[in-house]
Amino acid sequence: MPNYRIHKTEYIDETKRVSFKYDGKTYFGYEGDTLASALLANGIHLVGRSFKYHRPRGIVSCGAEEPNAICQIGSKKDLTEPNVRATELELYEGLEASSQNCWPNVKFDIGGINNFISPLIPAGFYYKTFMWPKSFWKKVYEPLIRLSAGLGKSPTEPDPDIYDHKHVHYDVLVIGGGISGIISAKMAAKNNLKTLLVDDKKILGGSTIYQNNESIKIDDKLSSEWLKNEIQEIKKLSNLTIKTRTSIAAYHGYNFLLAKENLTDHLPEEKKKNKIRQRLWKIRAKKVVIATGSIERPLVFNNNDRPGILLSNSINKYLDYYGVTCGEKIILFTNNDSAYETSISLHKKGIKNLIVDLRKSASSELIKQAETLGIKIYFNHVVTNTFGYRKINSLEIMELSEDGNTTVGNKIKLSCDCLGMSGGWTPMVHMHTQSGGKLDFRDDDQVFLPKENSEDQISVGSCNGDFDLENIIDKTVNKINKFLDIDNKDYQDTNIICSKENDKRNIWLLPNKIPLGKTKCFIDFQNDSTAKDIKLALKEGFRSIEHVKRYTTTGMATDQGKLSNMHALGIIADTAGVKMGTLGTTTFRPPFTPLTFGTLVGRNVGKFFEVVRKTSMHEWHLENNAEFENVGQWKRPWYYPKNGENMHDAVQRESKAARDSAGILDASTLGKIDIQGTDASEFLNRVYTNAWSKLAIGKCRYGLMLNEDGMVYDDGVTTRISENHYLMTTTTGGAANVLSKLEDYLQTEWPELDVYLTSVTDHYSTASICGPNSKKILNKLFPNLNLSDENFPHMSFKEDKLENINCRIMRISFTGELSYEINIESKYGHSLWKMCIEAGKEFNLTPYGTETMHLLRAEKGFIIVGQDTDGTMTPSDLQMDWIVSKKKYDFIGKRSLYRSDTIREDRKQLVGLLTDDPKEILEEGAQIVSDIKTKPIDMLGHVTSSYFSPNLNKSIALAVVRNGKTMKGQKLIIPMENKNINVTVSDTIFLDKENKRLNA
Amino acid sequence: MFLINCPFCGERDQSEFSSGGEAHIVRPKQPTELSDDEWAEYLFMRKNIKGIQFERWNHVHGCRKWFNVVRDTSNDKILSVYKMGEKPPVNYK
Repeated sequence: MPNYRIHKTEYIDETKRVSFKYDGKTYFGYEGDTLASALLANGIHLVGRSFKYHRPRGIVSCGAEEPNAICQIGSKKDLTEPNVRATELELYEGLEASSQNCWPNVKFDIGGINNFISPLIPAGFYYKTFMWPKSFWKKVYEPLIRLSAGLGKSPTEPDPDIYDHKHVHYDVLVIGGGISGIISAKMAAKNNLKTLLVDDKKILGGSTIYQNNESIKIDDKLSSEWLKNEIQEIKKLSNLTIKTRTSIAAYHGYNFLLAKENLTDHLPEEKKKNKIRQRLWKIRAKKVVIATGSIERPLVFNNNDRPGILLSNSINKYLDYYGVTCGEKIILFTNNDSAYETSISLHKKGIKNLIVDLRKSASSELIKQAETLGIKIYFNHVVTNTFGYRKINSLEIMELSEDGNTTVGNKIKLSCDCLGMSGGWTPMVHMHTQSGGKLDFRDDDQVFLPKENSEDQISVGSCNGDFDLENIIDKTVNKINKFLDIDNKDYQDTNIICSKENDKRNIWLLPNKIPLGKTKCFIDFQNDSTAKDIKLALKEGFRSIEHVKRYTTTGMATDQGKLSNMHALGIIADTAGVKMGTLGTTTFRPPFTPLTFGTLVGRNVGKFFEVVRKTSMHEWHLENNAEFENVGQWKRPWYYPKNGENMHDAVQRESKAARDSAGILDASTLGKIDIQGTDASEFLNRVYTNAWSKLAIGKCRYGLMLNEDGMVYDDGVTTRISENHYLMTTTTGGAANVLSKLEDYLQTEWPELDVYLTSVTDHYSTASICGPNSKKILNKLFPNLNLSDENFPHMSFKEDKLENINCRIMRISFTGELSYEINIESKYGHSLWKMCIEAGKEFNLTPYGTETMHLLRAEKGFIIVGQDTDGTMTPSDLQMDWIVSKKKYDFIGKRSLYRSDTIREDRKQLVGLLTDDPKEILEEGAQIVSDIKTKPIDMLGHVTSSYFSPNLNKSIALAVVRNGKTMKGQKLIIPMENKNINVTVSDTIFLDKENKRLNA
Repeated sequence: MFLINCPFCGERDQSEFSSGGEAHIVRPKQPTELSDDEWAEYLFMRKNIKGIQFERWNHVHGCRKWFNVVRDTSNDKILSVYKMGEKPPVNYK
């Protein structure tokens, strides 16, 4: 097996050998390696196939910008993870990784045929091709696209890992642990500011930490040595927290940032167990220092995507940090000085290399050094083609013309096994723009730079466009002193020597003799978009960068165009003949690198997914086999199946029992608002449609609450407990909103009212007993309470004790039966319920759930707000004009009741429906029409509630129908998928119109 | 995510609050006197300013108090908070 690890470095522990599997084959690396560096050490460049053309692709970079080396980790159904960048994944014992987007394997990939038919799949291919015939879409195109689309496989079983969230507050957050970040963090922390420094790598130091060029020195030391010293120093600072393996995902307004901390991804399987995998940090920082650095740009030339073609600086890092050379015969192709550092480093380690520089000439310390070492430099030359299918083996260069628009002279063929490219540097302005910052364009080296416009955040170092060390340190120190309003003098005597770049030349799309249509000049490696695609998009009329991006998919892959966006912009600007700075950029959206769902969700999974509210009777319901329904956050018993009953049978039995003898409902979830104050009556007058001033103490009244637009908002019974004390009930789902609304009016419109509102929903439990035998059961529970209709009539309230515990008893009814609601402090709720059940045994007291409750009230035509209403129903639409006071001068929504639209005759109105076939049960939500012959069919309304009534032995329904009030007796049709159901409009009250049962 | 300085509780995360739309819209004292158009003006018409906007917020998961906020909608900066019933700061008019 070839070994490309050519020297020892302090970052690789050669005493700790690590074995891992890649595409099923076992390899070895060392602790400290990333998957990418270990693969390169084993001579493996080919790691995947490209998305569209399935071209062989190799590792390109050494960081978050990696477009090609993305792999599938693990094979377990619950733990496998796709799209992991090999350049960021730390190697651990037992790691299993495989390449993506290739079948049957990376070396022989069937999809590779796409490469040869690529002239047939231009930009917008999918948009253009899969348009017709229409019938092909569902059965042919979509399955085909789904099969070939996507990178990697998602896990198919729940994620067993633990994720965590943490909220933190800091004075200063420094993003990035390179040299400028370290200086910033030190200055902040030494000035007594509580500081957090985060870096996505395992160790601090950025690219300076492996810097070993003699021409770059700080205080007479190698810059890497100097920086190591600084790192030792900051580690001693007590008010500085350092988080490595932590990357900022998003920078929101008000300096609220999200960071992902990787805790176990670098550990072997057995050490991961029972530990938190990743932690999402929710950071609030008073000030933020962005020191995210910059990434190297590729160059755009024909066949620039072969395995073995990397970014020049990445070759340098693999060499000096990991001890791995990317080849034995390397060519560096550059437009700037930084590739010279790589070249010199390679040369020192004995790796043959030469430089192709597209600048006409250049001079600087670094170039002089390279020349002195005898490194061959081709100035004013450009790579025009590369060769080698699975790995580069040679390339052609040509001389550039004077204006750089074309090539001249003869081709020179050079052999190599690796090509490093450097198209300059792109400052990472993601964080700055995510925070709302704007950008400026610097023509000099064609970079977008942060425009300083905020007192809360600042960019320093190369993400601010400062590329040489002297500039970086001086500017960082000055800016931080100013930004934090401090006077730190630690660096004023620091002596920096570095090479200065003097010559610049940038060509976004390098010239070639071959027509563009026949070249493969890749811009976005991951999404396979080429310079040709961009030009085609422009030719077809796309102008906005946002449109070109979407049409060509440039920058839309998992790397979000970190390497490609600048080139796309550059080529658009050049082609359209506009200045690049005026084009603008696409939006930098969070996250910076992909986050797993697990990290975002944290602990809120399974039973912690949502808050669950349970009544104090909940255990009893469980013991008695209840099926539950979610009502808001509440778990309410839905029905209680007995002996294998289905829902229909259970509901029929419960409904019958409630009307024949007695039923009991857990009504604890109804919203309860305690209203007190000398103006409580006046307040109720203003919020309900009916009058409240004359309600006697000890009496209850049903109230309807509107929105200011006149539409029904909530309903419920309110009881006057004493002169200035009421207890309001609301719908279960509406409780919180009603309280908010009432508080709103009280605090903002009527602050003069002496009224206090308190939510007591959770403080009381309620058992509602109804049916002809309910009085007998009450009598057993409260033997001293006079239950006669004279003493305790319908719509009244009494207090009594149940074994010393005070109960509030309301005689109110939502079923139309004689009915009592017993309220008790919640901690006694369970006991109350059991005592009711015990007392009711001899009367077949049957517990019923929400479904039976709905059925019983529908028999009586009582509405449920939110089921029979939808925010567009007035009281009149509900045929409830009786509840709207004509005398009151004002109440919420009153004025809206006679707006021209609300008094329209042909509004949708609540009606009853009876099916011609009494056994036919309508579907809730079904549309109602009168004429199915004239098309388009006129929709009159829809069914809102529908049940089979066991008490009436027929199907009943409530519906809203246009002009429904005038339609009683009229025949209508409910068209269903396979039949039309004939119905007749009826009254909304189906049972006991005279309310005899209330006093039965 | 905003950091809102509740006049009763101090600085809290936006997730504790709910927004209540434009501030200083007074409910007409005599709605019955108003024409449909005048009532609709109160009921539906709201400003949506790019720039300085006066709005109502409720510390719904806190003290439950309503209060007013002056916010620059172009950059989301909250310039001032003040209690219900207090006059809006004049310098932002």
